[in-house]
Amino acid sequence: MLTLFIILPLCGAFIIFLAGKYSKHISYFMGWFIPAILSILSIKLLLAKEVFTYNIGGWAPPLGITLVGDGLSLLFLAVVNVVVLMAAIYSIPYIEKYTSKWIYFALFLVMHASMNAALLTGDIFNLFVWIEIGGIASYILVSYVVEPEQLEASFKYAVLSSVGLLMVLLGIGLLYAYASTLNMADIARVLSAKPNPKLINFIVVLFIVGFGTKAAIVPFHAWLPDAHSSAPSPISALLSGVLIKSLGVYALIRVLFNVIGMNAQLKEVIIVLGCISMVVGVLLAFYQWDFKRLLAYHSISQIGYILLGIGLGTPLGILGGLFHLVNHSVFKSLLFLNAGAVEYSTGTRDLKQLGGLSGKMPITGSTSLIASMSIAGIPPFNGFWSKFIIIFACIQAGKFWLGFIAVVVSLLTLSSFLKVQKYAFFGELKEQWKELKEVPWLMCLSMIILSLMCIGFGLLLVPAIRSFVFDPAVSVLLNGIKI
Amino acid sequence: MIKKPAQGMTLIVKTITRYTVVLILMFGMYFIMNGHLVHGGCFAGGIIVALSIIHIMLAFGKDVAFKRITERAIKLCIGLGAFSFLLLGIIGFTKGAFLYNFFRKPGVDYIGQPFSLFSSGIMPLMNLAISLTVASGFCAIFLALIVYKPGGGDKNTGRKL
Amino acid sequence: MTEYFLCLVLFCLGLYAILIKRNLIKIIIGLAIMEYAVNLFFILIGYKNSGTVPIFSSLKEPRPEIMVDPVVQTIILTNVVIGLAITFVLVLIAMRIYEKYGTYDIRKVNRLKG
Repeated sequence: MLTLFIILPLCGAFIIFLAGKYSKHISYFMGWFIPAILSILSIKLLLAKEVFTYNIGGWAPPLGITLVGDGLSLLFLAVVNVVVLMAAIYSIPYIEKYTSKWIYFALFLVMHASMNAALLTGDIFNLFVWIEIGGIASYILVSYVVEPEQLEASFKYAVLSSVGLLMVLLGIGLLYAYASTLNMADIARVLSAKPNPKLINFIVVLFIVGFGTKAAIVPFHAWLPDAHSSAPSPISALLSGVLIKSLGVYALIRVLFNVIGMNAQLKEVIIVLGCISMVVGVLLAFYQWDFKRLLAYHSISQIGYILLGIGLGTPLGILGGLFHLVNHSVFKSLLFLNAGAVEYSTGTRDLKQLGGLSGKMPITGSTSLIASMSIAGIPPFNGFWSKFIIIFACIQAGKFWLGFIAVVVSLLTLSSFLKVQKYAFFGELKEQWKELKEVPWLMCLSMIILSLMCIGFGLLLVPAIRSFVFDPAVSVLLNGIKI
Repeated sequence: MIKKPAQGMTLIVKTITRYTVVLILMFGMYFIMNGHLVHGGCFAGGIIVALSIIHIMLAFGKDVAFKRITERAIKLCIGLGAFSFLLLGIIGFTKGAFLYNFFRKPGVDYIGQPFSLFSSGIMPLMNLAISLTVASGFCAIFLALIVYKPGGGDKNTGRKL
Repeated sequence: MTEYFLCLVLFCLGLYAILIKRNLIKIIIGLAIMEYAVNLFFILIGYKNSGTVPIFSSLKEPRPEIMVDPVVQTIILTNVVIGLAITFVLVLIAMRIYEKYGTYDIRKVNRLKG
């Protein structure tokens, strides 16, 4: 059952590669059908509340690669597949303006397959290979429209990401030389039997640098504003919504919590990195007048919130971090899809030239209002609940100044999004935008579904639903903490 | 003095190429077929097979090389190789696990005769599939780098390859 | 011990080339040097003193205890192919950048600022 998540998108990608040039409908059909099947399957697996394993090739571990679906993986899997489905539905009318649509959908499905496989695999070198594959697919997709700025953004993204992953590879080599096995559960067993603090500290530094480059933590974030603002909008939504989480944050917390156990010193490092990301991201977003670049800087800030929550290490903190991760996927993708809808209708992303669009584009305007209120943390939308839990967990752990910083950053986020709403959607309608029409109905459909999820995800904290969704994930991470 | 011809390289290189291309291709095929017995296998063997086609292109010019092996054939081979690898995995999926060696009989340690060429189940088939993809992929990349003319391109044209 | 040290020196030389050099093509070559250094590091991990090739010539010998590690060789093969794919993508992007900007100098390829 778990291999379907890898086989189906790869099958779809190869069929589109073979036949897509000659018939447009095959690529469109595969583009939305496969994410639809997989999202239904992933929600069914999440509600089944058990741990799934699968041995590839029939080889028992530690000889072969195993696929493991425990609480953490299944939660991320459900989020990834649903957001990919929304982006796939959105991109069917969006891609009408460009040529070579079959390459877009083939690479889209390869990226989807790599994200699914990176979440499920239980072997550390296999994780690295799938992260590289997803990365290569996204380097080409970022520069899909061959214009000067997209190419420059794609080059910067490719070089920075490759250097980071080479550091990860060095760390994997040292870990293999020490433990002589590549299976993650086996390495955890060997490391708890014979600890070696100096070597493990060096490996942890390499992993934080490498996976931090993929997850856009602050000293390594320089590729994110360029790449996320230059990509086509559904790809921006995927990159910012799920790729930096599935290939970056998930890999970091899986390796740090479950393979190399977490101790107090490591928790301090993650908390400090999270704080710096929060503050730097929101301060740099003040000066931006480009809609998508502003959203990209806010992505850095929200990833800081997630790392702050997870780095606290208490059950409430990890719950807050994971809940904020789920929420951020939903509302950040919705914001990027809105920016794409604005660009599709008006042709520009500059906030100073837009104005008063909510009269002409009602669905885009109202969903953008819902998403802005979610990210700023206004009750009763989902962003409020997750930020509240993180701030409460900070105070419960005794770190009052962290809670204070989190509240201040949330206020600055609110002010930044008030600016976006005022300049883009409310205000005077300029002369050139008198003839605007609403975007096609498929794009509206995906935006409406995502905004309904924004409104309704506060219900995930009800204890009956929480025991399915979040408690297995929190217990998986808590088991790996020593001290 | 030997004049340099308009396309390709001089006469000496063309004469030698006619003999060595066949040898390189045969060596590549040997490398692929013995992947499960000795060092070798799909990736390196595929690259060697691709090198023979590039050898023709360097010596004779790109028009001669790509008259027989057209671009459409190369793109078809990439898709076919990758798809047949996945198909082998799916056939194994229906008989046990994904990528299971479905020629295996339970209770017997070896599939076929040890150390003979037609043994060890699906491994030679997977070698053939991946080497087809790697060889044609390498040729396609080389073609894209050579055929590309700078100075063209307008807004909203899709892709490079 | 000196082999590992030289391997890390090669890694740092590649990193130096990526950080300091101004030409796009030299940055790609620096990335390739870093990949070679990591592959060399893996070969050094798998080596065993007076070990032999991990190929069975008959069912009994050579004994598996004196072979070098074959898992490491598989890792290196996969790395080489991944490095190949990344180098191709980067070279294609660099060619297109030359067509659009007219130069390979990274000080002039900076329209995205702020």
